[in-house]
Amino acid sequence: MPVPTRLPLPLLSFLLLIVTALLSLLLGRYAISPLELLHFLTTLCGVGDMPVERYRLIHSLLIDARAPRMFAGMLVGAGLSVSGAAYQAVFRNPLVSPGLLGVLSGCAFGAALGIICQWQALPIAVLSCVTGLIAVAVGVGIAHLFQTTSILLLVLGGIVANALFTSLLSITQYLADPVDQLPSIVYWLLGSLSAVDRSTLLIIGPVLTVAIVLLCLAGRAIDALSLSDDEALSLGAPVQRIRYGVIVLATLICALTVSLAGMVGWIGLLVPHLARLLVGPGNARLLPVSACLGGAFLLAADGVARSLSAGEIPLGIITELFGAIAFVLVLHRVRRGWL
Amino acid sequence: MTLLQAEGLGYRIGERQILEDITVNVNPGDNIALLGANGAGKSTLLRILLGLLAPASGQVCLQGQPLKALSRRTIARHLAYVPQSHTPGFPFSVSHIVAQGRLPSTGLMSAPSRTDEEYVEQALADLGIAHLSARTYTELSGGERQLVLIARALVQRARLIVLDEPITGLDYGHQLRLLALLERLAEQGLAIVSSTHRPEQAQASANRVWVLHEGRLIADGAPAQVVDSALMQRLYNVSVRQIDADGHRFFIPCRVPHQ
Repeated sequence: MPVPTRLPLPLLSFLLLIVTALLSLLLGRYAISPLELLHFLTTLCGVGDMPVERYRLIHSLLIDARAPRMFAGMLVGAGLSVSGAAYQAVFRNPLVSPGLLGVLSGCAFGAALGIICQWQALPIAVLSCVTGLIAVAVGVGIAHLFQTTSILLLVLGGIVANALFTSLLSITQYLADPVDQLPSIVYWLLGSLSAVDRSTLLIIGPVLTVAIVLLCLAGRAIDALSLSDDEALSLGAPVQRIRYGVIVLATLICALTVSLAGMVGWIGLLVPHLARLLVGPGNARLLPVSACLGGAFLLAADGVARSLSAGEIPLGIITELFGAIAFVLVLHRVRRGWL
Repeated sequence: MTLLQAEGLGYRIGERQILEDITVNVNPGDNIALLGANGAGKSTLLRILLGLLAPASGQVCLQGQPLKALSRRTIARHLAYVPQSHTPGFPFSVSHIVAQGRLPSTGLMSAPSRTDEEYVEQALADLGIAHLSARTYTELSGGERQLVLIARALVQRARLIVLDEPITGLDYGHQLRLLALLERLAEQGLAIVSSTHRPEQAQASANRVWVLHEGRLIADGAPAQVVDSALMQRLYNVSVRQIDADGHRFFIPCRVPHQ
């Protein structure tokens, strides 16, 4: 149920994202005060007068370490959430998550393959992205073998693709060197933002941003699909084009997030529910709000991941732990209506 | 001018012939009841008329233009579809569902304008369900949902509304009110095609009846001429007694033969 207020919730969720992003820049093992940030920024623009030593230190902290991590976190959280929300709408099922059609297991296999081939970070990211797309293509292809392309067949195709690529992943894990490669595969599967570097982000970030914005803009078209296909068609909506458009965008988004941060679970299922609780199921509002809340949630989880202990806890563990608890609370609130 | 014209429609699934050589037309002001036994092809015919299903043979023309040459959006500005009431996966508000009727006019990318919202309010008021506007669609009763879907069709400003068994599942009062509503819409110049399992609906409310039997159109005419005890026997394999009184025709089942 939407909260019965006239609060500008989309705006508030955007503000929440900005605040979380600022906090994730400032907080850490070495905290920076807001004043210092301002001082640094003015110096960066050439009008301030920060001492050179200090300027270098903060420059390396912010620009080299925390800013890429912050942008990556925002994009990964927003991407997974918005594609989860869009998937739930076009598959007309609130329990669907972005991995439905096999994209995540495809990505995982690609990354594991890259690791046992001892590739560098960027080629691994690219391979992971490509295998993710292949996995979904396999799932959709299987659905198309049977002429009529219903939602049910797509889901079944996705199950087959998931099983196939999970088994391929197992083979690579079995073949991996247990001393060196297997731990990095496992660590990678747990998800983390610690490996994000600026060059990878500069390539992946813009594509991810564009895909997220496009998906958010399609809200009203996606709304038409959350009723039956016949109804959507008779309202003038090109059902197949919208459904496959969403699948392509959401798959691309998921694959890119995995290539940035590995497997970060639960966000794509949890955040859309949370957003729906706040602004209702209309996708024109739901998608942008999901994106903002997802970005904020992931940044918060990352904050916890890097500050709980000296050695960093993998991000995926935090999101699954807090996600599972939060999901129960959300379900408690939304028993009416769609469950 | 004829609004919708279908010629020689045929449809088959595998070896099974569902529809065969059906030629019909729909004019403004028609309130057509589509009668037929289960499996006679009623839903298939409605879906073909709406352009949701391509016929195996023949074609449907909207004001002289073949449906398959028109975009979905153009079709949607002329034909509206009211499905049997259903439960969507998400708790949309009533006003949100009805506002979707504006999609063919506004397009898929733009937000509804103030005028669109007025259309929605007007349609809800016309159907006497303005009080439901802020309610959640999934929490309504079957009769209320049916009215909401009809409101969406009105907001669509279509000239032909196709309803799939609109009174199935409604209580007696809701059935009568819904039929009166369809009559009123037809008097205003809209065309209505609704499939039904109740010959009484065809008899009392419609001004034209189509009868489908084993995939063929066996009658198309005024209810008084078409719907009689002989038809009941042929369509449903039951004998009924027909009583004409006070300008109405009643059917009383005599004896249902054992299967």
